Formats: sequence, C-alpha cells, structure tokens
Amino acid sequence: MITGYAVAVALCSLAVAAWAFVLAARGKSPARPLLTGLAVLEVLLLVQVVISVVLLVGGDRPGSMVTFLAYLVGSLLVLPVGAVWALAENTRSSTVVLGVACVTVPVLILRMSEVWGGASA
Amino acid sequence: MARVPERASERPATASGPGRVLVAVYAIFAVAATSRAAVQIATRFDEAPVPYVLSAFAAVVYLLATFALARSGVTWWRVALAACSVELAGVLVVGTLSVFDRAAFPDAAVWSNYGMGYLFIPLVLPVIGLLWLRRTAPTRTPR
Repeated sequence: MITGYAVAVALCSLAVAAWAFVLAARGKSPARPLLTGLAVLEVLLLVQVVISVVLLVGGDRPGSMVTFLAYLVGSLLVLPVGAVWALAENTRSSTVVLGVACVTVPVLILRMSEVWGGASA
Repeated sequence: MARVPERASERPATASGPGRVLVAVYAIFAVAATSRAAVQIATRFDEAPVPYVLSAFAAVVYLLATFALARSGVTWWRVALAACSVELAGVLVVGTLSVFDRAAFPDAAVWSNYGMGYLFIPLVLPVIGLLWLRRTAPTRTPR
C-alpha cells in the first residue's frame, strides 16, 4: 500500500460521509451529486486495489495475506452494497445509510494498512 | 388492549426509515465479526479459545439480528428482539468478565471491555436496537 494514497482515499471518504450527514440533517434524500461522489470514491478504491495487487505481485507481503485480501475485497463491496440497501428507499435515512457506508471505508483502510505493515489480523 | 395485527403491513417495518440505518450498521458488524472470528479460529484458536468462541457466538448473534431486522413480520420481530437482548446481555457479561479476569481474555474479542476496541458501538447498538423494536412493536398500536 502507498500510505499517502491510502490516507487521501480515507480523507475523501470522510468528506463524502460528512456531506451525506449534512444532507441528511437537512432532510434530503439521496440526489445525483452525492451518488457521483460515491462513484468517485469507488474508483479511488479500485485504484487502491490495483496498486496493492501490483505491489503484491512485485513481492511485497502483508502480515496476513488472507486477511489483507479480505479487506481489499471488502473495500470494493461496501459502497455498492450500501448504495443498493440505501436506495431501496428514497428518504433521508437512505442518505444516512450512504454516509455510514462512507465511514466504513477509512476503517477498512486503517485495518488494511495495519495488516500491510505486518499485523497478523 | 393491544392486539397482534393479522397482516405484517399494518405495523411499521423494522427495516424502513431509521431502521435501514440500523440494519446497515448491524450488517457491518455482522460481516466484521464473522470474518474476524473465522480468521481467529482458523489460524490461532489455541492461543485464546474462550474469546474466540465468544467472537464466533457474537458473530452469529449479529448475523441473526441483521437478518431479522431486515425482514418484516411478527416472527422476525421476535427473533430480532431475542437477538438484540442476547447481544446486550453478552456485551455486558463478557465486558465485565474481560475487565475482571484479564488472563482469560489475552486477545480482544468484539465484546471485550464492553466493545471499547470498536468505539463502544457493540454496547450502544443493542440498546438502540431494542428501542427501535419497541417503536415497531407489532402489539403497540391497536389502530
């Protein structure tokens, strides 16, 4: 993992999460700009996966390969699954769900970087 | 007198409105607890069997709560109530044990120290869950 990039993605996720929570506090249901924000996050996460795979192929080894790969896959799934669950309804709660999904991303990135740095779980 | 509605649609669904957020948070914990317990048990069960078995139990409870809250109907409401109650009891009992008997809990499980390693969300979640279940109780509103 490239630390700078991981931190940047985590900060972007928190920014989109904050945006979602502000919209929810104002009673808004999810609109296109927020969903575009989530799509951008997903692309950033995809790039993160590509970076990680390239480093792994290059010989880098995390503390636990299985755990790292699980987090890597999880980081790609959380936003789409969260969005599907959120958009089954069109209320302010849907917006909150999108925010919760975004908050999960920096947690996953933090855990991923711990495992990348040698932690075994 | 309260009565049980004949149709599930008469009561507010546990997975609608704020319930969607609750189910989302439960789902995150269900996935996190399940994967963590699986890794712990698969790779180093001998190191700390007690907390790892409790991790697995917690994972099952979270999965059950997530699924039950996401479904509608009186039966699933009851399952959700049972799951949230067991979860609250679990986090209180395991939390207390882990504080007073550190030797038995060398590695953190989800309910150790009242879920401190998870920002105390495991302690708050069942309380919110139970309050939400009271709001959506099938016997509450006799139309």
